[in-house]
Amino acid sequence: MDFQVVVLAGGTSKKLVPLVSKEVPKALLPVANRPVLSYVLEQLELSNIKDLIVVVEGADAALCVGGWISAAYVDRLHVEVATVPEDVGTAGALRAIAHHLTAKDVLVVSGDLVSDVPPGAVTAAHRRHDAVVTAMICSVPVSGLSEAGSSGAKDKTKKPGRYNIIGMDPTKQFLLHIATGAELEKDTRIRKSILRAVGQMDIRADLMDAHMYAFNRSVLQEVLDQKDKFQSLKQDVLPYLVRSQLKSEILINGAPQGQQAKENGNDKVSYRILANASTPSFHELYALGPNGSAPVRRTHKCCVYIASNSKYCVRLNSIQAFMDINRDVIGEANHLSGYNFSAQNNIIHPSAELGSKTTVGPHCMLGEGSQMGDKCSVKRSVIGRHCRIGSNVKVVNSVVMNHVTIGDGCSIQGSVICSNAQLQERVALKDCQVGLGYVVSAGCEYKGESLARKEK
Amino acid sequence: MDSRRSSRAVIDPKVRQVGFFTSAPLPPDRTQSDPPDPIRSPPLADASSPGNSLSPVMIPPPRHPSDSLLRLPHSPSDAFPPPSPTTTTTSLGDFSDDVTAASSPPPAAARVRGRGSSVKQQGAASSFPGGGFEVPPSVKAPSSVPASGLTTVSVVKLPPGISENAGGSVSVEVQSDRALNSKPLKEKTSKAERRAIQEAQRAAKAAAKAEGIKTPAVTALANAKSAKSTKPSPQRNDSAVVVAASEKKGGDRSVEKDRKKDVPHPRMQYDDKSRVQKLKKRSVVKPTEARNRVELFRHLPQYEHGTQLPVLQSKFFQLDTLHPAVYKVGLQYLSGDICGGNARCIAMLQAFQEAIRDYSTPPAKTLSRDLTAKISSYVSFLIDCRPLSVSMGNAIRFLKSQIAKIPISLSESEAKATLHSDIERFINEKIILADRVIVKHAVTKIRDGDVLLTYGSSSAVEMILQHAHELGKQFRVVIVDSRPKHEGKLLLRRLVRKGLSCTYTHINAISYIMHEVTRVFLGASSVLSNGTVYSRVGTACVAMVAYGFHIPVLVCCEAYKFHERVQLDSICSNELGDPDSISKVPGREDINHLDGWDKSENLQLLNLIYDATPSDYVSLIITDYGMIPPTSVPVIVREYGRGQLWI
Repeated sequence: MDFQVVVLAGGTSKKLVPLVSKEVPKALLPVANRPVLSYVLEQLELSNIKDLIVVVEGADAALCVGGWISAAYVDRLHVEVATVPEDVGTAGALRAIAHHLTAKDVLVVSGDLVSDVPPGAVTAAHRRHDAVVTAMICSVPVSGLSEAGSSGAKDKTKKPGRYNIIGMDPTKQFLLHIATGAELEKDTRIRKSILRAVGQMDIRADLMDAHMYAFNRSVLQEVLDQKDKFQSLKQDVLPYLVRSQLKSEILINGAPQGQQAKENGNDKVSYRILANASTPSFHELYALGPNGSAPVRRTHKCCVYIASNSKYCVRLNSIQAFMDINRDVIGEANHLSGYNFSAQNNIIHPSAELGSKTTVGPHCMLGEGSQMGDKCSVKRSVIGRHCRIGSNVKVVNSVVMNHVTIGDGCSIQGSVICSNAQLQERVALKDCQVGLGYVVSAGCEYKGESLARKEK
Repeated sequence: MDSRRSSRAVIDPKVRQVGFFTSAPLPPDRTQSDPPDPIRSPPLADASSPGNSLSPVMIPPPRHPSDSLLRLPHSPSDAFPPPSPTTTTTSLGDFSDDVTAASSPPPAAARVRGRGSSVKQQGAASSFPGGGFEVPPSVKAPSSVPASGLTTVSVVKLPPGISENAGGSVSVEVQSDRALNSKPLKEKTSKAERRAIQEAQRAAKAAAKAEGIKTPAVTALANAKSAKSTKPSPQRNDSAVVVAASEKKGGDRSVEKDRKKDVPHPRMQYDDKSRVQKLKKRSVVKPTEARNRVELFRHLPQYEHGTQLPVLQSKFFQLDTLHPAVYKVGLQYLSGDICGGNARCIAMLQAFQEAIRDYSTPPAKTLSRDLTAKISSYVSFLIDCRPLSVSMGNAIRFLKSQIAKIPISLSESEAKATLHSDIERFINEKIILADRVIVKHAVTKIRDGDVLLTYGSSSAVEMILQHAHELGKQFRVVIVDSRPKHEGKLLLRRLVRKGLSCTYTHINAISYIMHEVTRVFLGASSVLSNGTVYSRVGTACVAMVAYGFHIPVLVCCEAYKFHERVQLDSICSNELGDPDSISKVPGREDINHLDGWDKSENLQLLNLIYDATPSDYVSLIITDYGMIPPTSVPVIVREYGRGQLWI
C-alpha cells in the first residue's frame, strides 16, 4: 500500500523519572509485564505491517530496545532500529532518518501509544482525501476514571494541565486548528482566512492528539528541510501544516495538484468532470476563488481521524498515565493485554506461589515465579516476575516490577516500585515512586515522594 | 474471445433486433480476429443513411464534425512512443521510474532489508550492536542532526508465500476451501460412497446444464479436471473454465457453451440465501446486511450503512494485493466522494491506468491472463464498495478485451504502454469527445428565449448549458433538485458563477414550474435497448410531467453508456442508498420523528438511487452518434456496441 511505518520510541523521558533509567528506557517500561512498545508493535503486526523503522533516542537506549526487539520479534517482524542523539525532538528524529523514507506516505506512531485503534483507519482517511497530514485524535483520558474511591480522588487534583484545543470543520474530517498545552496559557489565535473559508468551526477541548500521524512523505521532508527550527511534530510541524493549509507553500507532487498542472485540453476536461462530480471540500472552493476560474490558490488538506469512544487510546507520557494504563490494561481494556483472564478476572501465572490466606483480587496480575507470603492482599495491581513478597503485605493500586523484594508487613498504595528495588519490613508507601534498585529501609513511611538512587 | 465472436456469426443471435436496422447484416471484418488496430474507425455511414428516411428525428449525415474530432487522438504517438525497439527503453524508463527508485537501495550501508533473509543477514541481526550505527557518508545530513543508519534487529524468515497467506489474500483462502472440499472425498470414502458422490455430481452437472447456470459444483469439477491450473483464483470467471472444458471435450460442446455465453448472465439476486452466502465468503468488505428491507427490493444488495467504511478502513494494510489507487477509488465510491456515471468511470479507469503502470508479470505467467485476473479482483473490490454502473461495466469490458487482444509476443513494457494509451483513448473518445459532440448537437436545439429545465446534476447537460451560454444564446435554466443528495445545488453554484440566469426548485414543484419550461434536458446513467432511460431517481417523474405538458424531453447520454439489456421497470435492477439519509433532514434537528426507526419492525425505509423512464416519455436521445429517437437505441447498441464500439 506504499506506506512506511516509523515508530518513535523515544529515549529516557525526563517526565518519567524515576521510572526510567539507562537500563530501562521509556519504550521498555512494563505495562502489564510487557514493554509498552510491544503494544504498538503488536497493533501494527495485527494490521499486517511487517516492515518497521523504530527510532530510539540515545545509543544506550537503542541498544536495549534493539536487543529486546530482536529477541521478541525475530521471525515475526522486520524491524530496523535507528539511533538519534538525545533531545532532537520528534521532528529531529524524522530528519535523521529522512533518507530512509521512500514510500509515498509515512505513518509515524509514537512508541508509547497504547491503543486498539487500527492504524489502517488513519491511513485510509489519509488516502481518501489525498491529505498532506492526517492526525489521529482521541478523547482525553480521565485519570483515575474507574476508581471512585481510594487514591483516585487525590490524583484528580494533580492532573496535569496538558490540554489540546482542536478545531475541526463541521464534517469532522479536516483539521483547522490545533494548539497544544504550552500555548494554551496565552490567547489562541485562529486564522481568519480558514474560518472564512469553512464558515463554521468546531472547537473541542476534550480531544487530544494521539500522536499517530500519516504524512505525505515529500511534504514532510520538505517541511523538515526548510524549517530547521522545528523540534517536535506535535508542536511545530503539525500546527504549521494546519496553519498554512490555505496558502500552501509546499510543492506537492501528489495527485490533486499534479492533475491541475496538466493544462492540456482533454485531461483538464476529465479533471473537471471528476471535480464536479465530487462534493468539494472547502479547500477546493477556496482554491477556486470567488470567481470560480482556474484554481489559483494553492491549498493542502489536513485531515483528522477521530478514534471512537469505544476504542482505547492513551499515551504513556506521565507517571499518572503509566499507572492508569497499567490499571486499564488488566482492567477494562483487558483485550489489549493479550492474556487470558481467570474466572476471578485476574492473571496469576501458574508458577507463582501464594501463601495461605493470601488473596489476589480481580483486575490483578501476578507474574511468573513470584512468591507471596501468608495473609497478603493484592488489589488492582500488577506484580512482575520473580518478586518475593513477605507476609502481611497489602498492595493496592500499584505497579510492582520484576525482581522486587518486599518485606513483611509492608503496605503499598498507589505506588510504582521499579525492578530490583527492595522494601524492608513494615514500609508504608502511598503515591510514591521507587526507582531502580533502591532500598527502602525498614519502618519508613513515605507519601507522594519519588525515591531513587543518586546518579553516580 | 475470438472463437466466440466467429460462432456468433453462425448461430442465430439471441438478441431480437428491435427498431430499424441496416440491411448489411454485419460489418465486414467482425468475424476475423484482428490485431488491435487503433486507426480503423467503425463504418458509421451505413447506420445513419437509412436513418434519414425512417426516423422522425434527424440522424446527422455521415460523420459531420465529430469525424475529424474523433480521428485526432488516434495516433498513439503523441502520448506514447510507438513500440519500436529503439524507443522501448525510454518508455520503460517512464513506467518503471517508481519501481527503480523504490528498489535501488538507499546509500545507507547498515541497512539490511529483504524477506528472504540469508544466513548473513541473520548474523547481522544477532550481532546487533556491532557496526550498526555508523553514519552513511554520502548522505547529506540536514541541519544539526546527523543522519543515522538503520540496524536490522529482527528479520522475518518466512518464505514470501506464507506471508502472503497471512495477508488474507482472498484467492488463497478460497483455494484452500476448495482443496478441503475435494480432498477428503478422495481419501476417506469407501467404494460405494465414491460412487454415490460421482452420481450426485453427474446429476448436478446435468441439472446445471439444463438450467444454463453454472453451479459451483460444476465449476469446482471443471477446475479439478483441468488440473494444470496451479492456482485457481476466484476471480477467474466462467470463460476460463469454459475454455478449459471445451479444450477437452471438443467442438460441439464449445458451441453450446458459447451460446450460453451469449445469453446475459443472470444478475445476482440478493434474496437467494445460498448465493449471498457464497458472495460473502469472497467479499473483502464483509458488510452487515440491513434488517428492515423493503419486500419488493429484497433482491438488491442492502447493507447496514456506516459499517462498511470503518471495516474497509481498518483493513487498509491487509489488502496488500490491491493497488493503492484502486483502493482509494473504492473508498471514494463507498463514502460518496465521487458519484456520477462519467466521473466514476474516469476515476476507475485512471486508477486502473496506475495499477497497470505499476504492474509486473509474475514469473511463469502470461501478462494477458494474469492481468485480467488482477483487474477482475480490482473490479470485485469496487463492486463491494458500490455496485458498478453501466458505464463502468462497459469500460471494464473494453479494458478486458483490450488485454485479451494483446499479442503474446509483445514485451511487457510495450503491452503496458499499449494498454495505457488504450485507456487514455477510451476516456478521450468515449467520454470527453463524446460529450463535445453531444454539446454540439444539443446546442442546436437551444434557441433564444428558451427556458430549459434540468434535473439533478448531469455533466453532459452542464456542458451544454455552459456552451450555449458562451455562444451568447439568451435562455434561462430551471434546476430541479431533490432530497437527499441535493446534487443540483452544486450545479446551480457553478452555473450562477458563470453568469447564467437560473431558477432553483425542488421536484415537489415540478408541475408548477413546468408551465414556463420550453425544453427539458436530462442526463442518464444508462440507456437500455428498449429505449428506457435509466437515471437518477426522479428523472422519470420529470419526464412524465414534461410529457403531460407537451414539452420535449431531450436525454443526453454518451453512447458508451448504452446497454443491450431491456428493462421495463425500476424494480428488477436498481441500487439502494442509505435509508438514514432520507429519514434525517440536514440542518433541521427538530425533525426527528424517525429517530430510532431501525428498531421498529413495522417501518421500512426505501431510498432508491435510480429509476427507469419509459421510452414513451423521451422525445430524443442525444448521443455522440447523433440525435436519435429512443426506438433507435438498439441500432447503436448493435452496430457500435460490443466489439465495434471499442474498436
